[in-house]
Amino acid sequence: MRERGAACPSPSWSKEGELKIEGLITVGRSLPDLLGATLINIELFLALILLGFLVGIIIALLQVYGGGFWSALASAWEWFFRGVPALVLLVLFFYGSSEFGLSLAPFTAAALALGFRSSGYQSQIFRGAIQSIPPGQMMAARSVGLSRLQAIANIILPQALRLAIPAWSNEFSSVIKDTTLAYAVGVNGVLRHARYIMVRHYELAMLAYITVALVFLLLTYGGNWLLGLVERRLALPGFQMKGGRGQEALSR
Amino acid sequence: MNIILKVEDLHKRYGREEVLKGVSFEVQKGETKVIIGPSGTGKSTMLRCINQLTPPDKGRIWLDGVEVTHPKTNINTVRAQIGFVFQDFNLFTHLTALDNVRLGLLKVKKLVKERATEVAVEELRRVGLADKTEAYPAELSGGQQQRVSIARALAMDPKVILFDEPTSALDPELIGEVLTVMIDLAKSGMTMVVVSHEMGFARSVADEIIFMEHGVIVEQGSPQQLFSHPQHPRTGEFLHKITELYGETG
Repeated sequence: MRERGAACPSPSWSKEGELKIEGLITVGRSLPDLLGATLINIELFLALILLGFLVGIIIALLQVYGGGFWSALASAWEWFFRGVPALVLLVLFFYGSSEFGLSLAPFTAAALALGFRSSGYQSQIFRGAIQSIPPGQMMAARSVGLSRLQAIANIILPQALRLAIPAWSNEFSSVIKDTTLAYAVGVNGVLRHARYIMVRHYELAMLAYITVALVFLLLTYGGNWLLGLVERRLALPGFQMKGGRGQEALSR
Repeated sequence: MNIILKVEDLHKRYGREEVLKGVSFEVQKGETKVIIGPSGTGKSTMLRCINQLTPPDKGRIWLDGVEVTHPKTNINTVRAQIGFVFQDFNLFTHLTALDNVRLGLLKVKKLVKERATEVAVEELRRVGLADKTEAYPAELSGGQQQRVSIARALAMDPKVILFDEPTSALDPELIGEVLTVMIDLAKSGMTMVVVSHEMGFARSVADEIIFMEHGVIVEQGSPQQLFSHPQHPRTGEFLHKITELYGETG
């Protein structure tokens, strides 16, 4: 098999019909492996989006409520992780960690690097949502006797997170694709598998990558569908996706 | 007499502008005090200083003998004992009327859910909204929202309720339902401090009226005294103007 892949304009190109079917069978055979590798991307995605979510909320809260030192620290974090290219972050975390004697596994390094990176982006989504909540909400909460933390947990965040969903779905679509970058530090995700196919059967490269593209199209479609469902589930009067009466003004 | 709230020499400055220039007064238990005066004279700021939503620069405040302004006083405990009704309601927009009223009972008073629900439903009934427990603020009229916010304050069983122009954001036809609730409250013996332009309410319900201008109390006394025999010429001028503008409804 290998000899055919090695020389690109090999004689086999002349037997096009035969090759196409053969190619489909080859890609078809490696489909289970390809999908198995996709699972690693999904795992990486879940780890990084969750990490980015938790850290992102903390960064946003520190920026809004931390004041002085904490607010500046949070802004520095956000600036660093949004400012450094993803690939560079991956390399820094993977190879950098061994410099410090930590030697993280590729998956862990990728989850941390991409998760922290996402926290920078997510923090700005949450900050915008938090700041769009009228100050009267916090005042009313405090006037009842709630502490600042209680007010944030019971009043500010439930409202802010609802408002953040549309912008957050953007981040979701972006980072799920970023998981493919992790192959640079040796995470055996779907992209690495596509490369295996390409290396062995050069003529199947397009087919392999089209398959990868389809996988991600399906993933982002499914994910956004799920987010839409969540948004509708959490919708409350006053927090709907579409403004009721306001919408009528646009109807003609 | 039983003094429930005491304010002494309150000062507050925003930048170069001194909004409060030494305000002092006392509120007796069960009393309704109405604060009137032109806009921008520090009435709302003064009210917010009382529960420290706006910390004053100088001055001391006591609630039922406890010094609110003392740094060691737990402000959350104090606030739970002071009801506050805002001009623009400030109901928690993601919570139903019931949950708006119940939140403080659960999170601050730590009541069990069944008991909190009982109290909340009772207070909503008291303001005439027993049928709106499951409604969200966006589904309620302004008057209904303000009544929910009064129920939210009442549920905490406060020692005093502060009203910051509670009817100013309402359509004229909705003012009556809120004033009715407030009149009933005053009659039931609730201690109230009300910043308002509703002269009818002030005249009929207030035990004492405070006229504030330029950050100081110009004059205070019974409605009878202020409306009929104002001691200060500015008091008479203001009352005349405001009655002309708003009438005496309520």
